[in-house]
Amino acid sequence: MKNNHRFRRVATAALAASLLVGGLAACSSPGNAGAEGATADDIATALQTETTLTVWGWAPQLEPIVEAFEAKYPKVHVNLENVGTGNTHYTKLQNAVKAGTGAPDVAQIEYNALPQFALSDALVDLKDFGAEELKDNYTESTWGSVSLNGGVYALPQDSGPMAMFYRADVFEKHGISVPATWDEYVAAGKKLHAADPNAYITSDTGDAGFATSMIWQAGGKPYTLDGNTNVSVDLQDEGAKKWTGTWNQLLKDDLLAPVTSWSDEWYKGLSDGSIATLIIGAWMPASLESGAEAGSGKWRVAPMPTYEEGKAAAAENGGGGDAVLKQSKNKAAAYGFLQFANGPEGSKIHAANGGFPSTTADLQSESFLNAESAYFGGQKINEVLVQASKDVVPGWSYLPFQAYANSIFSDTVGQAYGSKGDLNGGLQAWQDATAKYGQQQGFTVSTK
Amino acid sequence: MGWAFVGPFMVVFVLVFIAPVLYAFYLSLFQNQMVGGDKFVAGANYLQALSDPQFWDSVTRVAVFLVVQVPIMLFLALFAALALDSGRLRASSFFRISVFLPYAVPAVVATLMWGFIYGPRFGLFGSLNDFFGLDLPEPLSSSWVLAAIGNINTWEFTGYNMLIFYSALKVIPAELYEAADLDGAGTFRVIRSIKLPSIRGAIGIASIFSVIGSFQLFNEPNILKALAPNSISSYFTPNMYAFNLSFAGQQFNYAAAISIIMGVLTVVVAYIVQISGSRKDA
Repeated sequence: MKNNHRFRRVATAALAASLLVGGLAACSSPGNAGAEGATADDIATALQTETTLTVWGWAPQLEPIVEAFEAKYPKVHVNLENVGTGNTHYTKLQNAVKAGTGAPDVAQIEYNALPQFALSDALVDLKDFGAEELKDNYTESTWGSVSLNGGVYALPQDSGPMAMFYRADVFEKHGISVPATWDEYVAAGKKLHAADPNAYITSDTGDAGFATSMIWQAGGKPYTLDGNTNVSVDLQDEGAKKWTGTWNQLLKDDLLAPVTSWSDEWYKGLSDGSIATLIIGAWMPASLESGAEAGSGKWRVAPMPTYEEGKAAAAENGGGGDAVLKQSKNKAAAYGFLQFANGPEGSKIHAANGGFPSTTADLQSESFLNAESAYFGGQKINEVLVQASKDVVPGWSYLPFQAYANSIFSDTVGQAYGSKGDLNGGLQAWQDATAKYGQQQGFTVSTK
Repeated sequence: MGWAFVGPFMVVFVLVFIAPVLYAFYLSLFQNQMVGGDKFVAGANYLQALSDPQFWDSVTRVAVFLVVQVPIMLFLALFAALALDSGRLRASSFFRISVFLPYAVPAVVATLMWGFIYGPRFGLFGSLNDFFGLDLPEPLSSSWVLAAIGNINTWEFTGYNMLIFYSALKVIPAELYEAADLDGAGTFRVIRSIKLPSIRGAIGIASIFSVIGSFQLFNEPNILKALAPNSISSYFTPNMYAFNLSFAGQQFNYAAAISIIMGVLTVVVAYIVQISGSRKDA
């Protein structure tokens, strides 16, 4: 009896130990099955075989794309799951990757989150499926965003070249001409606020995505990646300083509406014109139409102001694509889905449903360029936005832990916003905190 | 035989309480890196937490919150309960339900509602400033936001604590009041010598709940963060810190260590409150 007890205890301990070890092993190697490519024939065959694909994404355009895909390939059944938007989605995806099981076949991933998943070996290098040939189908900047370390880790879906959305009625009322340079922009901000203390040239309470895009436009390259583990962070480079030089003036003189983006107050300000411009990605028109109906007919689009007169420059703000997970058991079919969703067929459906495409064919199509937007008083807004996509400054990259870096933006740069202090100091603090995190995560981080 | 009776409870208790705590403790002994994977680090996470200024910043903040907000809320609740119990209120059941009602509003909804009220430009505060030409401080600015959260919590939980006190007052035997009446005791004497001593247990319980609630502060600041990102940092309270570390930073192990430390700290403080409450009996 006594022996029996001891045996049981030993057995339990052994079982527990093996479970723990098993758990650890599962953590450390998230499917390193090596290169698993497929030829065009393999992919075509896979699409004619009974299969079920799971797709995670929150873009509203995915639904009609999936419908069209299933109609074309009736043997492939797609489970489209919306597990959350942005960070919620990435957290779930990261957990599934870490657990070694439960990840979808295909996931929507924004450009700034892509390095995190690509470098942690969660995504399939689509070069093995011949994705390299598709390069010319997409704009240079979006293709640059999905090409990391010599691989291709997603196919672009939408893009967000930045432009200046402005209230023509407010500008006209106060006799302000549309600013073409940042100096003119600051002057316009001063003039507007002096004429009407309730009106602001724009709103900004600090937003990591906006700040990085602004540094991008100014020619800054704060994040560089060398191999898988060497990262450098330099938020004090010339581009960053150019941006803070302009933005500090607006901040110190109280010319930025103290209203947080996407809040109720924000939409109110966009509706009544107390927020007169927005420097934001080309996907904004759909949100304006639904969130600020009262602004209909009063908004217009112009190229983003620049630092040097007559020298166009823009940046990407948001946007993303779709990637195939290494955990997928149907990689060929999953890539087939990507070819459809992010190729000519899918991108047409995407654009028809209010998305801003990344495919050059759609961006150049007559019907897209000539579309007149009633909300924008009949302006052919796509002409301006497409030109912006061509003016995006090349050579930008994000950090492999950008999601975390963005989450601590308000702890650092946000403090400078709150106290109306010097944004350069805030950027320095952000750089330090980001570098510290990178080191904790095992990267070799250099700062300047 | 005894085990058969407590068995069902023990199974659930072990599954939903003991196991997660042990698992968190187990996690807290490791470190996971994007480059390098998992490794056993023993107590390194704990040492790091104890010397982490952001962690202590958050602990200090909830401690200040506790020392200021809890007494105010409990005093208001006690006052309301005594007023109800005095029997001198008109429409006392209406009073009771209206004080209690905020507790029935989900914390998320309550916080959103207060967030709109606090809005400096288009919210009620903005309107008051405009209409009366006042210069009220901005509730969502970094120097006022803790007080603004304290106000939300007081609004939410005063009614709940009032109900605890009121039910304790209800079970005081009527003979005591009759005896006090015969002895010629006035209202305040009755409160001081009969009512308060009788509900000391209830006050103790309410205090402990409030202490735990303060240390676990999460919903209100986390929701207001969307409205005031620069006033509420990612390490505003210990719970928010742990949450952001694990879900934004994938530092599950360090977050587990912080949770364990906070758990221990809460137990210690709650215990001190209990001891100091019961010592008066002696």
